[in-house]
Amino acid sequence: MAVVVFIESQEGEIKKAGFELASYGRSISDAMKCDLIGVGFNIIDPKSLSNYGVDKLYNIETRGDSFFDIERYSSSIASVVKKENANIVIVSSSADGRYLGPILSVKVDAAYISNVVELPSQYEPLTVKRSCFTNKAFNETQSSKKNNVLSLSSNSFGLKEKSSNIKVFSEDFAPSSSTLKVSNLDKASDKVSIADADIVVSGGRGLKGPENWYLIEDLAEVMGAATACSKPVSDMGWRSHSEHVGQTGKPVASNLYIAIGVSGAIQHLAGINSSKVKVVINNDPEAPFFKAADYGIVGDAFEVVPKLTKKLKARKL
Amino acid sequence: MNVLVCISNVPDTTSKINFKDENTVFDIQGVQFIINPNDEFGLTRAIWLQQKEGAKVTVATVGDVSCEPILRKCLAIGADRAVRVDAKPQDGFQVAMYLATLYKNSDFDLVITGRESIDYNGGMVGGILATHLEIPYVPNCIQLEVSGKNLTLQREIDGGKESLTASFPIVIGAQKGLVEEKDLIIPNMRGIMQARQKPMEVISPEAISCETSVQRFEKPAEKGPVKLVDPEKIDELIELLENEAKVI
Ligand SMILES: Cc1cc2nc3c(=O)[nH]c(=O)nc-3n(C[C@H](O)[C@H](O)[C@H](O)COP(=O)(O)OP(=O)(O)OC[C@H]3O[C@@H](n4cnc5c(N)ncnc54)[C@H](O)[C@@H]3O)c2cc1C
Ligand SMILES: Nc1ncnc2c1ncn2[C@@H]1O[C@H](COP(=O)(O)O)[C@@H](O)[C@H]1O
Repeated sequence: MAVVVFIESQEGEIKKAGFELASYGRSISDAMKCDLIGVGFNIIDPKSLSNYGVDKLYNIETRGDSFFDIERYSSSIASVVKKENANIVIVSSSADGRYLGPILSVKVDAAYISNVVELPSQYEPLTVKRSCFTNKAFNETQSSKKNNVLSLSSNSFGLKEKSSNIKVFSEDFAPSSSTLKVSNLDKASDKVSIADADIVVSGGRGLKGPENWYLIEDLAEVMGAATACSKPVSDMGWRSHSEHVGQTGKPVASNLYIAIGVSGAIQHLAGINSSKVKVVINNDPEAPFFKAADYGIVGDAFEVVPKLTKKLKARKL
Repeated sequence: MNVLVCISNVPDTTSKINFKDENTVFDIQGVQFIINPNDEFGLTRAIWLQQKEGAKVTVATVGDVSCEPILRKCLAIGADRAVRVDAKPQDGFQVAMYLATLYKNSDFDLVITGRESIDYNGGMVGGILATHLEIPYVPNCIQLEVSGKNLTLQREIDGGKESLTASFPIVIGAQKGLVEEKDLIIPNMRGIMQARQKPMEVISPEAISCETSVQRFEKPAEKGPVKLVDPEKIDELIELLENEAKVI
């Protein structure tokens, strides 16, 4: 018996989701009284995982090949799962984590449960709460399989420190022979992505046009936040569709979500509902977003936002 | 080129979600069903392949007779043929296995699923289907170009995109970006009339068991009222975010 977690990294640095997964995995392996095994790729500082209770880490070196090769990654993780005789495998809810989950589940003959938001309420049979209907509801899902792959919704568990004596192995499992080849990667390394962000600043049609997006960008910059937008904003081409959040766009599960000039339509709220704290800035006190938010300012974005940005900047200095 | 587009029948995005029978069953009373939005982007891309490359487009759904209206809509949008796999889907694994049976009995080059269904949000059918069939899968697909047997694709990743090359057969997970909102095809009268003549096949495969089951549904806890801050006192908001909410 063992629990395996996929430790995600970016340019060798472990992502926050990697530590969150380790924390979550530790709680499960404590409950099951078994080891917590991490699998990572090209991680520079594997020892940092000893703060989160990882007993063993397979740190697989892909030698200069920095692309996410799904066939190689999933086969390597599956090899570890088999070698360690693991019955719970945990991936994150990042784009790569959700890519791996279903594929891994077939490779290790496991059930796949995505959008997991809590620790299992029961282990035999495995029963766990997940979100569904795009955050409009939750369901308690029970598995009939011995092996299970879970994808943990980001920020749903948080970080919990626990020290361990980590052993690091740098095994390489055979490189893949997939017909799928990554030819190019286009990634803004200086920008926080919506999936990784603790804070997301989002703009809606109330901002009147793309030329006013400096309001959103300046605020996001002082807060170290990712930028997002409502669907019509991306449909009109004011912003790239990769910023579209909501039921039919990206889900947001940040600690803080700030919505500016967004009315709060049901499809928008569904996608951002699982953010912990929501702030709305809107000049219409009747905007539905006020019913969903924790904090609100009824006011003109063009006046309020620059002031907020300025004050936050001053506070940082 | 044969294209299969997998269609999920989901509640309209404006639906209020309610449960019945002690929160064990989704209450469909008063709920309007639509083509899963991600699947609609995929269907539109398939219709373009039909128009430009002469592809034959099949749409398929796993579900009971209540799913037929959305399959009819897909035919009106332009699909050549619809298949309903007559089974009550219980989890994404089971759906993928039914679709795998359909795949094995046909000759598809390209299978398009949606990135995820907006009801179950499994994000799993495409990946399980492809891996089971031992063919590649590209989720979050925002570009697909076909030239003979060679494909170039783009996958949206966190904070960017990845370009890939591949060949048939393949499964992709469609989402907005593959086509834009403005490209979605609204059925016209001619399409609707033609759809009536097009085949709607119903197949009843051997039963496949599921791997997971829903024990109970739950709605998110009610939220307290919003705390309003005077626009002239922005410091108060910062103070609340820092000391009360502890998020900055
Ligand atoms: C099938 C379907 C799927 C959808 N999926 C999504 C989705 O995933 N995500 C999504 O976001 N939407 C989605 N929508 C669209 C959704 O219904 C709303 O139309 C959309 O969210 C509204 O965007 P908005 O809030 O930017 O614009 P509006 O509704 O136009 O709201 C603009 C707001 O800005 C405020 N405002 C105006 N001027 C100012 C000012 N100077 N200062 C401050 N505030 C100001 C106004 O009071 C108003 O509340 C979907 C719709 C459909 C039909
Ligand atoms: N019952 C179904 N019948 C046919 N295709 C489905 C069904 N359910 C899901 N799919 C397909 O699988 C995709 C992902 O669904 P899911 O894994 O439930 O998020 C959907 O976008 C559809 O393309």
